[in-house]
Amino acid sequence: MKVKERAKVLQQSCIAADIYDMTLAVSFAGDCVPGQFVSLMTEDGSRLMPRPISICGIEKDAIRLVYRVAGSGTADFSALKAGDEITVIGPMGNGFPLDVCAGKRVLLIGGGIGIPPMLETGRTLQGLPEDEKPASLAYVVGYRTDDKYLYNDLCAVAPVYVSTDDGSFGVHGTVVDAMKAAGLEADVILSCGPKPMLRALKAVADEQGIDLWVSMEEKMACGIGACLACVCQSTEVDHHSHVHNKRVCKDGPVFNSKEVVL
Amino acid sequence: MMRPSTKVTIAGVELKNPVMTCSGTFGSGEEYSEFVDLNRLGAVVTKGVADVPWTGNPTPRICETASGMLNAIGLQNPGVDVFVERDLAFLRQFETPVVVNVCGHSEEEYLRVVDRLADTDAALLEINISCPNVREGGLAFGQDPKMVEHITKVVKAHAKQPVIMKLSPNVTDIAEMARAAENGGADAISLINTLMGMRIDIKKRTFMLANRTGGLSGPAVKPVALRMVYQAAQAVSVPIIGMGGIATAEDALEFILAGATAVAIGTANFFEPCSTVKVAEGIEQYLIDNNIPDIRELIGAVRDI
Repeated sequence: MKVKERAKVLQQSCIAADIYDMTLAVSFAGDCVPGQFVSLMTEDGSRLMPRPISICGIEKDAIRLVYRVAGSGTADFSALKAGDEITVIGPMGNGFPLDVCAGKRVLLIGGGIGIPPMLETGRTLQGLPEDEKPASLAYVVGYRTDDKYLYNDLCAVAPVYVSTDDGSFGVHGTVVDAMKAAGLEADVILSCGPKPMLRALKAVADEQGIDLWVSMEEKMACGIGACLACVCQSTEVDHHSHVHNKRVCKDGPVFNSKEVVL
Repeated sequence: MMRPSTKVTIAGVELKNPVMTCSGTFGSGEEYSEFVDLNRLGAVVTKGVADVPWTGNPTPRICETASGMLNAIGLQNPGVDVFVERDLAFLRQFETPVVVNVCGHSEEEYLRVVDRLADTDAALLEINISCPNVREGGLAFGQDPKMVEHITKVVKAHAKQPVIMKLSPNVTDIAEMARAAENGGADAISLINTLMGMRIDIKKRTFMLANRTGGLSGPAVKPVALRMVYQAAQAVSVPIIGMGGIATAEDALEFILAGATAVAIGTANFFEPCSTVKVAEGIEQYLIDNNIPDIRELIGAVRDI
């Protein structure tokens, strides 16, 4: 059940250039699963559209959001201080499938602002009962540069392999380069990041027979599956409109790589 | 005071209150039923449905604008057969009239949908001759008064349900279009559809929408919509469903005073999923506060200052 409510900001800090880390007290934290997102509303009447933000951490009564300031709406959010309130709707969409990871060698791969949802995904996987846990778990993350946001949090969960676009930290190149450099093998990959990264992962997954899951991004309006703004091309006929368009907000944002055209 | 009456009638169909949804912003109600009790709406207006599934436009399909948004969804829909079997079946559980928005690329396509809906629970048909985001049909029918009158006549000759013609604001003289629909036999008219607009990303130097242009909606368009509803109300005697940027009961009351018998909430659903019910409650409270026993006293009651 989705809830719209006023949520109190518990803390906010800037953790890298344009990257903010905010904790919100929400009534629905217990209903959230990793890979889901929330819609945040600005207080500014000229900016009315909900902003979809992925969930980076799930606590008992709060969620952690790590987001990039990409425009005026996210700039508004970044000005919030502890004690301020914000309107939020959540939880939205479907999270990463955890059952497919049981007993498997699992890589969690994030690129840029796709890294935050992978943090909670790893934490949740590590917290599963022994028979549901992955056989092995590691992160592969790609940054633009040496800003390493969430790096220490990730290291607390599983081994972390890093690539940077400019070579300032870790492997110079992409997450696929980092995977290859470390000789990482996987049965399952859960991933979130820019489309070129997802495309590159799909090529690797197809070649090596890896079960790849991707979290997709698209401009959204309603966020609940009604307006059909945020569709992505699907390989099979979709069940909603009976064409080849899945709704990122409602059918996703997480899809199996075989379900969608990247 | 007794509880005021919020009932209005559109073409013989009684609505428990004047608050409807704008086609395309509310799906077929299922997604929003998590937030609002659909029994509390005057009517549910469904997303446009065609004779066969439509894929719609490439993405990005939307972008934000100052106090509004542009969309170019392109009428993605599952086609009328799936719509009847799934969406109308879902809506049957509520005691709220269903208005089915009908779209097509040609006269024949509109008529196939109208015919298919003849023996269904649809209470009213809303004919979309004003979508700015599809190349054929849609707006092509809605910008020429002769075409508006013609397509209205053709649909009326087939339709078992009363017919609402949804008008485009992308015209020079809205009164002329309203009269054309009335002359064609429309039982009601609804306006406004979205205003055609554009945004450009100066960093990438690209259009913001894959379709280049899109339909502007949201509070930004409200004064334009209100003016057009007033002009249409002056021009015709059929009931008018007013829409365009309505987000609050105060907005809705302006449209009713301008001459709308009912109102519809569109873009506001996106930023306040409970808008429809909040507007309905606010209208009732206004009637109580102002000692007005019947909402119908307000329709077109605006005066000069």
